[in-house]
Amino acid sequence: MTILQPRDAKQVTEAVAWALDSGTPLEIVGGGSKRGLGQPTTAEHQLDLSQLRGITLYEPEELVLTANPGTPLAEVEAVLAQRRQMLAFEPPALSLIYGDGTPTLGGIIACNLAGPRRLSSGAARDHLLGFHATTGRAERIKSGGRVMKNVTGYDLSKLMAGSYGTLAVLDEITVKVLPAPEKTRTVLLLGLDEAQGVAALCKGMGQPVDVSGAAHLPADVAARSAVDYVRNAGTSVTALRLEGPGPSVEDRCRHLRLAFKAQSEELHSVNSTTLWRELREVALLPRDPALAIWKLSVPPTAAPAVVGRIRGHSPGVATFYDWSGGLVFLALPAGTDAAHAVVRGALQEEGGHATLLRAPDAVRQAVFAFHPQPPALAALTARVKDAFDPKGILNPGRMG
Amino acid sequence: MQMPAPDQAVLARREELVRGFRAIVPGEGVIADEDGMRPYECDALSAYRQLPMVVVLPETVQQIAEILKLCQRLGAKVVPRGGGTSLSGGSLPLADGVLLAMGKFNRVLEIDYANRCARVQPGVTNLAISKAVEHEGFYYAPDPSSQIACSIGGNVAENSGGVHCLKYGLTTNNLLGIEMVLMSGEIVKLGGKHLDSDGYDLLGVLTGSEGLLGVITEVTVRLLKKPPVARAMLLGFDTEEAAGECVAAIIANGIIPAGLEMMDRDAVHAAEAFCHAGYPLNVAALLIAELDGPQAEVDHLIAALERLARDRGASVVRVSTSEAERLAFWAGRKAAFPAVGRLSPDYFCMDGTIPRGRLPEVLTRIRELSKHHGLRVVNVFHAGDGNLHPLILFDANQPDELHRAEELGADILKLCVEVGGVLTGEHGVGVEKRDLMGTMFNEIDLNQQMRLKCAFDPDHLLNPGKVFPTLHRCAELGRLHVSGGRLPFPDLPRF
Repeated sequence: MTILQPRDAKQVTEAVAWALDSGTPLEIVGGGSKRGLGQPTTAEHQLDLSQLRGITLYEPEELVLTANPGTPLAEVEAVLAQRRQMLAFEPPALSLIYGDGTPTLGGIIACNLAGPRRLSSGAARDHLLGFHATTGRAERIKSGGRVMKNVTGYDLSKLMAGSYGTLAVLDEITVKVLPAPEKTRTVLLLGLDEAQGVAALCKGMGQPVDVSGAAHLPADVAARSAVDYVRNAGTSVTALRLEGPGPSVEDRCRHLRLAFKAQSEELHSVNSTTLWRELREVALLPRDPALAIWKLSVPPTAAPAVVGRIRGHSPGVATFYDWSGGLVFLALPAGTDAAHAVVRGALQEEGGHATLLRAPDAVRQAVFAFHPQPPALAALTARVKDAFDPKGILNPGRMG
Repeated sequence: MQMPAPDQAVLARREELVRGFRAIVPGEGVIADEDGMRPYECDALSAYRQLPMVVVLPETVQQIAEILKLCQRLGAKVVPRGGGTSLSGGSLPLADGVLLAMGKFNRVLEIDYANRCARVQPGVTNLAISKAVEHEGFYYAPDPSSQIACSIGGNVAENSGGVHCLKYGLTTNNLLGIEMVLMSGEIVKLGGKHLDSDGYDLLGVLTGSEGLLGVITEVTVRLLKKPPVARAMLLGFDTEEAAGECVAAIIANGIIPAGLEMMDRDAVHAAEAFCHAGYPLNVAALLIAELDGPQAEVDHLIAALERLARDRGASVVRVSTSEAERLAFWAGRKAAFPAVGRLSPDYFCMDGTIPRGRLPEVLTRIRELSKHHGLRVVNVFHAGDGNLHPLILFDANQPDELHRAEELGADILKLCVEVGGVLTGEHGVGVEKRDLMGTMFNEIDLNQQMRLKCAFDPDHLLNPGKVFPTLHRCAELGRLHVSGGRLPFPDLPRF
């Protein structure tokens, strides 16, 4: 295996040009922390972007940051924290699922990953303002810019986010950053079943209090939390997060607790941070590597029924709900096929998609990680791929 | 501004097309007489007018699929049109093109409060969505100033913004799904009531694609709960620099106001004369800030903004004390365009975005350009996100003024790009900024965007003549020029 390690954008383009000329498909790697996400690529050689790193522009008062794709996520977050700012989409590192490797800004963007705050602040795709990249035609292109508001030409940033390096190799990324909240509190409701829990989340989202995280943890999942209140609840925990200026958070907390009329608890800053980190990192599902982990994006109110259908076939399911119910994580015995027909069949009716996040290698070979598309959409997707990478040299097989 | 020469072969088949459309759309849905087509000859960029070859008003998705298939077969161009409020000529008809008017797709199909979304047809107006859900305390956040008339389908096509997008995002950040029909007649659904896609984000690509990729036939939008309190502030400054610094300070202090607008002295005077909003006239720049949220948050932030503004030498600080006063503060800003319209028979509204920090420099240079071209410019500005709306005043009846206004507009937009900004923040490229695309993108960038277009519409039949200054055939664009014997990069580290 050859590993090509470009040190600047020009070398990225040269590497892709060589790959194109010689018909050598490349696996595009940043810090190598998400290689287990998606389909395994069939490329034998690597284009390693880890040396293409560094923040090249950060203007806090303009809410903008530009960095190279190999910049570690932790470095970006640390620099932002110094100016009390953040990546508002709360990117997950997912190292508990995928193990070692250094999560990078490029990897997060390429996989369009977002945490609990996706609900209120959008996904990675909503914060990508612009980029430079080399397409599979070995041409360096740019799109977007560094300003907040821009409709000049097609919004290729959206296309790059979540394309898993199958269309172009990013070499420069500009993101929108936002002020970090002054204060965080989490309102907890205890003892609701899954249907009641999701209903409570939806009710909370319908209150004028700007909920920025809404999750339901069944008792077995809550019991794995490092937060005492949650671990020792002895029952399910339904959590709603409020963030913002101090007086505002206190006021909204009061309002939200009144709206529920039921017994509720309140987590303050440190415990809140811990709990939402656990949720973001999918840390509360069982760690057994023989389990398959699924991520389902569904209409929030449909989630409990979807899970119910899956549980009907696979009783040993461990699960929790984020995004007000719209995001469901499931761990179930991987078997030979991760029960993919059951999982995907369960959301047929209400719509959505199921992504196989993790499974033993043999299962990953057998089951398609991404949700199958209807024929017209699949054909359109293939034409888009062809428009950027006609010879299939960038991460072949990664998205199917 | 030149449009592509009409295709005589297609014009020769006009009767065949009209007959074909009449077989697909029954009744009055096909308009082929000149008087009937006249209302469709332009959109809100009314300096450019063109009668279409024929107007079709379909009523069902199936009809659209049949219409597009017929057009594809006969090689006829198609221009989709929603509310006709585009400021960039996005729905300007083509002499050899079919105008596909979506006005009959005007129903709200479903409102789902628990999942906080609404499924609507594309002809529903932006404001009608908020009106349909306001009794439950919800609203749809993007609020372009044409919201009474503009359609949600057009909003998706143009990725429309509004005064609140610094905090709440543009259309693209508030969509969950669409249904569209491709030129081939294929019906494709993207997204739904759930978040994100696990394939390519084609919903994101369609948003802001200016009607060049597909015809949108259904839209699912996110609904938000209305904030309980909103208050507005007027902050007046003696220099534009001080106003600019105040904006930077607000954001650097972690405050994202719901709206943050700036008007220059001429704009303030024009607005005040027009609608008596109570604006101070002795300021060089006026900021209008809106804070929304729970009472406690709004009170807290208003106090913070007041402090920041006074520290930067604000000569006027006024906070609205009633809803009527809040609306009055906004009335002047919202009336800025018609107010300027009274100063001048015609005006162009520019739409560049710049890095906010470059504002004082850009305003100075706009003034120089204004002097150079001999035309007045009045500036209103979405200060929070750097989106400038210089209004160029001219009289189309004076020889050469339209031409000079176009030139001045082009110079202003080139200036925006030069300082690190972009040609258009929310109005779209359309025909208006088409020929300037080369100042922002090189040929490689534009060819790649066109290849994406080819994946959706290989014959360039959907809204051609917009966005791209020159069209290349898809077969030509698809060709790969592989060098063959190229040596692998000598300098690249390999392991």
